Amino acid sequence: MIDIIEKLQKEALEKINSAENKERLNELKVAYLGKKGELTALLKNMKNIAPEDRAEFGKVVNEAREAIENTLENVGNELSKLALKARLQAETIDVTLPANKREFGHSHPNVIALHEVEKIFTNMGYEVVEGPEIEFDEYNFTKLNIPANHPAKDEQDTFYISKDIVLRTQTSPVQARIMETGKLPIKMLSPGRVYRSDEVDATHSPTFNQIEGLIVDKDITFADLKGTLEVFAKKLFGEDTKVKFRPHHFPFTEPSAEMDVTCFKCHGSGCRFCKGSGWIEILGCGMVHPHVFDMCGVDKNEYNGFAFGIGLERIALLKYEIDDMRLLYENDIRFLKQF
Amino acid sequence: MDTALSWVKAYVPDLDVTPSEYTDAMTLTGTKVEGYKELDKNLEKIVVGEILSIEKHPDADKLIICQVDVGNEKIQIVTGAPNVSVGDKVPVVLDGGKVAGGHDGGPLPENGIKIKKGKLRGVESFGMMCSIDELGQDKNYFPDAPESGIYILSKDAKVGSDAIELLGLRDTVFEYEITSNRVDCYGVIGIAREAAATFKKKFVLPKVNETGNSENVADYLSVEVKDNELCKRYVARVVKNIKLAPSPAWMQERLRAVGIRPINNIVDITNYVMAEYGQPMHAFDYDLLEGHKIVVDRAKDGEEFETLDGVVRKLDKDILMINDAKKAVAIAGIMGGENSKITDDVSTMVFECATFDGTNIRLSSKRLGLRTDSSGKFEKGLDPNNAYDAMMRACSLVEELGAGEVVGGCVDVYPVKVVESRVKFEPDRINKLLGTNILKEDMLEIFDRIELKYDKETDEIVAPTFRQDIHFMADLAEEVARFFGYDKIPTTLPKSSATIGGINLKLEIEEIAREVAKFLGFSEAMNYSFESAKVFDKLNLSKDSHYRNAIEISNPLGEDFRMMRTQAVNGILNSLSTNYNRRNKDVHLFELANIYIPKELPLKELPDERMQFVLGFYGKEDFFDMKGVVEEFLTTIGIDSKLHYDPSCKEEFLHPGRKADIILDGVRLGYLGEVHPSVCENYKLGERTYIAVLDLPNIIPFVNFDIKYTGIAKYPATSRDISLVVPKNILVGEIEDVIEQNGGSNLESFKLFDIYEGDQIDEGFKSVAYSLTFRNKERTLLDTEVNEVMDKILNKLEAKNIKIRS
Repeated sequence: MIDIIEKLQKEALEKINSAENKERLNELKVAYLGKKGELTALLKNMKNIAPEDRAEFGKVVNEAREAIENTLENVGNELSKLALKARLQAETIDVTLPANKREFGHSHPNVIALHEVEKIFTNMGYEVVEGPEIEFDEYNFTKLNIPANHPAKDEQDTFYISKDIVLRTQTSPVQARIMETGKLPIKMLSPGRVYRSDEVDATHSPTFNQIEGLIVDKDITFADLKGTLEVFAKKLFGEDTKVKFRPHHFPFTEPSAEMDVTCFKCHGSGCRFCKGSGWIEILGCGMVHPHVFDMCGVDKNEYNGFAFGIGLERIALLKYEIDDMRLLYENDIRFLKQF
Repeated sequence: MDTALSWVKAYVPDLDVTPSEYTDAMTLTGTKVEGYKELDKNLEKIVVGEILSIEKHPDADKLIICQVDVGNEKIQIVTGAPNVSVGDKVPVVLDGGKVAGGHDGGPLPENGIKIKKGKLRGVESFGMMCSIDELGQDKNYFPDAPESGIYILSKDAKVGSDAIELLGLRDTVFEYEITSNRVDCYGVIGIAREAAATFKKKFVLPKVNETGNSENVADYLSVEVKDNELCKRYVARVVKNIKLAPSPAWMQERLRAVGIRPINNIVDITNYVMAEYGQPMHAFDYDLLEGHKIVVDRAKDGEEFETLDGVVRKLDKDILMINDAKKAVAIAGIMGGENSKITDDVSTMVFECATFDGTNIRLSSKRLGLRTDSSGKFEKGLDPNNAYDAMMRACSLVEELGAGEVVGGCVDVYPVKVVESRVKFEPDRINKLLGTNILKEDMLEIFDRIELKYDKETDEIVAPTFRQDIHFMADLAEEVARFFGYDKIPTTLPKSSATIGGINLKLEIEEIAREVAKFLGFSEAMNYSFESAKVFDKLNLSKDSHYRNAIEISNPLGEDFRMMRTQAVNGILNSLSTNYNRRNKDVHLFELANIYIPKELPLKELPDERMQFVLGFYGKEDFFDMKGVVEEFLTTIGIDSKLHYDPSCKEEFLHPGRKADIILDGVRLGYLGEVHPSVCENYKLGERTYIAVLDLPNIIPFVNFDIKYTGIAKYPATSRDISLVVPKNILVGEIEDVIEQNGGSNLESFKLFDIYEGDQIDEGFKSVAYSLTFRNKERTLLDTEVNEVMDKILNKLEAKNIKIRS
């Protein structure tokens, strides 16, 4: 009997070792160790074994069982490894094939520029507020020291709805509205659409966006205006940007100035972009006019303030080197996708 | 506004600067120089030559050979010019020199044209005689230049001398941007005054001689001003024995440099004084003034008048006129009349130098559609004191030029004198405003440079009347700042109270809208806020549609920009159409667009400006993709309650079977749908297009950013699938309402997993299948509990004629 067992074991191990896959291994496991398996069948023969031989017989059978089980496991492990290896090999891909992109949408360049400006000023403690686009003449002009029949009304080519209501030509009326609320100090930024009746061309649009800034507090100086706007220019255009303030005139500020920044293309040496001057005009600003304070109910003897106005499109066109303003309102996806 | 450097130097004799130094310094003190032009650009080695002899070219009929004396030598020049003769003095460019342009007067080449000796048809030529075009100048400004050919210089030109100098072209012309508060700088004198102050040089007013013979102007002319509001001052003088002639070269050169064409001495004097003092003048033929009288009065409504350009103009009572005893002779400050203009036969004239009301002139000129150099100056609001000075200057020039005999005396109607403005001198407040520590003495020194006087007794600064812009301490501060130097003012940051910056909820929601839209593949568009009235028809809107109640611009750029938009759909459809017709595929756009809803028309109060979040696409996706976008956005801003989609949405531009209002708690948040095929056709959109419009003002009250953690379920869920046969006209939304209302507190969620019409389903029905999930937080649910709820739901559904499929 023992011979038979040893023969069976030898035969089993040979078959197991030469198994090609897990399925074959399973078949063999069932064939030898299953309920109806050959080794199990031999065990069932135990009753036919002489009692004195039974211990020996049992031992041999168990050894055979152990050997088969161990071999099954080892070969199984080996086969798993091989199978994984083969799978990994088969699954090799060409990683240089094109990516499957999730198509995200794109921002409008005006909005990117707006957010950059907003971020700089909100970090300095400015609150963003809005005002109506369809505005009373009184707020758009009178309260900003532009009385009836002032030539500036013509200069700004105003769109009228009625005698008293206009499409605002500037974001400055928000200044008057905020000052009138009487809550001081003020530190506000007001972006929004403005309208002037300019024919559409590469550098003009009847609709564009401005950002108005206003600070009113005790002890605000022209030096503060310079300092604040210099910080702004450096943050927006880079730390090596230089600024230049030139005297100018706006009815609602005095003294007034325009601010130039060093051309971000040639850094001041002069190029086609800045028409050789090395400087680019960026914004208008000034100290709030005493007359504006009077009309908006702020005590001009106690408070000072400065205001500035930035043309958003101008910043966007300059920053992204867009050569035609009409592109901003055409919404061609091939344009928008670049932002 | 242009000035030649030489003209400025006439009043600032010590000024010695290069054009670029001048540009920078003037700009920094507030007189912005926009650019400059050097008149002698590319003009090199050009001298006065005298033609000694002329002979025919042996081999060319159209060429001649000239021997020309150019000072230290005689040279031979071959030319094709037809207009030269022996003895003429001409500009000659020598071998190796340069001219600015070609003889055809085309655009000037950037680097000019080099002239070298050479042979013309075999005959040597050592230079070239120049035409005005070759000198880079505009022939219009040289009345004595021939139509074509060489420019002949005056007989007394010195042979061999610099011809460019002789022609007054060694000069630079500056172009300025003058701000509206500095009316005085619209004249050379004003600019010169600023230049003197900028460079700390002496300023000298032009020399004005006493003029007038022993006669009295009063014997010649009387003036009556009937409207002193519109005519603040009227100064008149009479000049007789007029001898019209070209004005002298120096005057012509200066006029030319600032773009005024020299005509004759009298016209040139008026133009010269206008450029110099910024004060327009007018001249009437004295013999054509009936009654030798001038009456300044308003026109009558409907009156007609022929201006000297030959156009008959219709007047109204707000237009100020200059009349003689019987008739109108000029529109005050705007243009003279055909009936009194100066002609070549004039012998006696009336010079007018007046101050008209700026606003009136501006409005009149606008109504007449007639803007002239003169009205352009008047409308800025001129200083009456300047009018008198300008008149004296003009008469002084008349005598200097020998253009006529000035009659003694001056008519001057000036009832209300303009007074100097006085401002308290408060150096501390000036420093406080500027953030500087400028000494009081230094401020006074600056004021002195710009003719602001200090009145020690009253401690006031007194501004001359030509400075109409000085009224407040802040105005003085600006004067101090610009001459102290804006660049020298320190840069500091405000030492102001702490403020909390940031954006408000509305702007925050707009930001979230942008973010969600972009993540879902939409790009941001921007459209104009005004549209054509044709848009209403394009959008299929019925005649009584509320969208047609739009605010109209009274002076639009054109019909396409007349109506303030009442919907944000047109913009997005236009943008999609642009893309579609440019063959861009699968385009997704969104816009945050204000619409303008009037409370009543015509507008009395400000309209409701409502921010719309509008999305649109054409391409691969459909209605339910758009619905997903809407819900994604609403979920992001904390609106996760069940929305009601109502197909009875009334938007006429949407597909009648594919549209829905989006409703929450009875509030319409917006709508979405497929664009109506005929609207698509109107917009030339060749693919199915979907839009969604969300009204932010209605949405914002529902925004909720409170987040509360609810615990992750510990007990197992029980799910039940049901399959229903539903009459086709019942919306799944109604089934969901039943499930929701009857599901009880243990209903965790439900999900539609199948919808089917066709085989095995009766005509008029559809099969709908839901999976419902029940769970209790505290314990495991019993089957019986769930069955009970399911029975309740199914009963309710059956009541709606919905059958349960077994």
